[in-house]
Amino acid sequence: MPDVFPPDTVRCDACPVLCYIKRGHAGACDRYANVEGQLVRVDPHILLDRAKSQGTPLVPFLEREGDWDGKIMKGQETFVTAIGAGTTYPDYKPAPFIVSSEVEGVDMVTVVTEGIFSYCGVKLKIDTDRHLGPERNLVRAQGEPVGHVTTAEYGSQMLSLGGVHHLTGGSKSEGRVTCETLLDLCNGKEVELTIDDGASVRVAAGKPPVVNGQQEERMRVGCGSATIGMFAKQWFGKVDDVVVVDDHITGVLSEHQAGKLLGVRETGIAIQGRRSTPGRYFQVAEPGTGWGGTNISDPLTILKPFKPKFAWPHLRLLMVSTTGEQFAYYELDETLRPVEKELPETLKESVGRIRENCEPALTTVLFMGGAGGSLRAGVTENPVKLTDSVKRKLTRVTCGGAPAYIWPGGGITFMVDVTRMPENAFGYVPTPALVAPIEFTLKKDDYAVLGGHVDYVRPLVDVLKEKERQRQLVSHAQNPWPLKPHAGSSES
Amino acid sequence: MREPAVIRMLPDGRRLHLHDGPIDLIIEASGTPQAISTAYKAAARRFVSILDELCSELPLLRNQAQKNSERPRGAVAQRMFAAVEPYCELCFITPMAAVAGAVAETILDSMLAVAPLDRAYVNDGGDIAIHLNENQSYKIGMVERPDRPSLFGSLEISAADPVRGIATSGWRGRSFSLGIADAVTVLADRASQADAAATIIANAVDLPGHPLIVRLPANELQPDSDLGARLVTRDLGALGENEVEQALRAGANQAQQLFAAGLIEGAALRLLGETVGVGTMGIATRALPALHGSAIQGTMHV
Repeated sequence: MPDVFPPDTVRCDACPVLCYIKRGHAGACDRYANVEGQLVRVDPHILLDRAKSQGTPLVPFLEREGDWDGKIMKGQETFVTAIGAGTTYPDYKPAPFIVSSEVEGVDMVTVVTEGIFSYCGVKLKIDTDRHLGPERNLVRAQGEPVGHVTTAEYGSQMLSLGGVHHLTGGSKSEGRVTCETLLDLCNGKEVELTIDDGASVRVAAGKPPVVNGQQEERMRVGCGSATIGMFAKQWFGKVDDVVVVDDHITGVLSEHQAGKLLGVRETGIAIQGRRSTPGRYFQVAEPGTGWGGTNISDPLTILKPFKPKFAWPHLRLLMVSTTGEQFAYYELDETLRPVEKELPETLKESVGRIRENCEPALTTVLFMGGAGGSLRAGVTENPVKLTDSVKRKLTRVTCGGAPAYIWPGGGITFMVDVTRMPENAFGYVPTPALVAPIEFTLKKDDYAVLGGHVDYVRPLVDVLKEKERQRQLVSHAQNPWPLKPHAGSSES
Repeated sequence: MREPAVIRMLPDGRRLHLHDGPIDLIIEASGTPQAISTAYKAAARRFVSILDELCSELPLLRNQAQKNSERPRGAVAQRMFAAVEPYCELCFITPMAAVAGAVAETILDSMLAVAPLDRAYVNDGGDIAIHLNENQSYKIGMVERPDRPSLFGSLEISAADPVRGIATSGWRGRSFSLGIADAVTVLADRASQADAAATIIANAVDLPGHPLIVRLPANELQPDSDLGARLVTRDLGALGENEVEQALRAGANQAQQLFAAGLIEGAALRLLGETVGVGTMGIATRALPALHGSAIQGTMHV
């Protein structure tokens, strides 16, 4: 029988069923799987081992092997995350794991639970100057509204997705699709979004965004005006005028303060759009996915004719976008009409430098949620004391071991970078709501003071003995170690 | 490397967890501490040999059950065969369709043979054998998608009801299904009967030939599947309301026939957010609060 199976089929010998498991599939038990031709055990509850040094990658250990004593010695270097820990919703019973450990001579307690968040969403920062759509317009997934375009930030377009209204306030399928979209984004999967009267984007946490089918490579170096300021000196003498095309602020070297200071000769160049201050123009075109986040593909369309009063034949003009991805070089003919020519060697360096100074364009996904009533009740009998303790930074909040930023003001409303969390840390319930891991770490003394479920505190070594269903990962090298005493909770 | 069977108490100190290969049991008994302890010991003793017993006859148990088939020898295997026998002239079925329920039943019987218990359950991955003494009852929550657990309905079973077995089948579950039901939960007199019937009814919730249903030969997914090259459901597109209703009606008809034949006491069929009930048991299918991840195992059936 085995001869007829594909070569990467493995035979599992973990039990007498002796399943043949094909690559990418699991055996009858769903606990052993064939991953890349290897028999691997798939277990859910995630524990983190403290990364030994900076730069240690997040590497899954397939199974904790062998000698227990060694592990117990290392107990304080293990953090029990909430991923796969389970939840107490909708109950007031203590959180599934309340774990004590001694760290640097201090008794610490970590309360571990998976929270069910109806009040939650993601903030997407998409590094692009391309116009994705008008602010306040709806963002859709599978045709359903899942969020909106919010105020643009430096070099980035911002989308706000999810929230209680899309999750529970709209139609059944709006809630379902919103939940799926949030889940996929939080788990690092790619999601396709369309913006009303705008672009279609494919985004995934930590990956370059794809706008209308085109992958973004680089963030812009600055606005058009800033680019003039940064590179004016390198252009001086090599070219007579430079226009940096930008949807926000297009810059013109000969008029710009930076050009004036260098003594760049006036060219009388006239630009479409609204002049803000000398050499700085707003609204040179419509927003779009062309040059510098405008809708233009031919930059000459933003220039008015050159006037003989100022301009001269053979005037050298560079037009470039804020990322250096688009550029064109022109010289004026005898009738003062620009004629495109090959970019001279002397200018290639500056255009290259614009590109070089542009950081890689990424999509970042911040999960934002509010830790409400029943979740806090799993920590303490007096929930407001937990809020107070978090605010006073006596209690640190982490999500799957990743630091959470706590918003000032009421409640425990937090944000976390999903790429700092272990893979597939999020789940969902069809309520619909997202399930996210959340851990509260504080000194054991403080835990007693805030009315914690001290009778349910279990030593870390006991938890480690429950080898079943546990999986250990190395903590993310950039995350502060969640158990370290006395650090604030909002330092991320 | 053969992993030894796991026999342990869950952290709550009340429930017993038995695990061996693909078999995973959560057991809880109520009674005097002495009775519980005796019952748990008996369960563990019976449990340790069950997988080997089944595997010794695995090729036979993976074959189609027919009137004149060779009968299996093992006690659990005989329960499996008995549970699928009523269907063997109607359709393709193997004794494996009742394995989980038969294991649950066998373990429960081993406990009741040695200790008086007020009530007890043996939950084998959602296929549950229960015992109820006079005036006792269990509240059952129903889950449609094991990967995204939440309760879609609940029901209460009391001693006066004939139901002592509950099972759930669907294409999203661990076993393959020929149909498209997210979950079919069946109540029957015995867990093995419920298990076999859930398989049959879940297979019947279907829209044959529908282009949005992705089906693959079972043996392309699991080379040694008892279903051979039969097409099993792997994915489901967005069906229209009418189509959901049509598929559910097909399943409900099948369930109705089993109910009329006395093979089941009731069933709840779930597909893409819609639910239909069959039988006399009141199954409340209002939306209930949701649960997640490993918490589900502890909370879905109490």
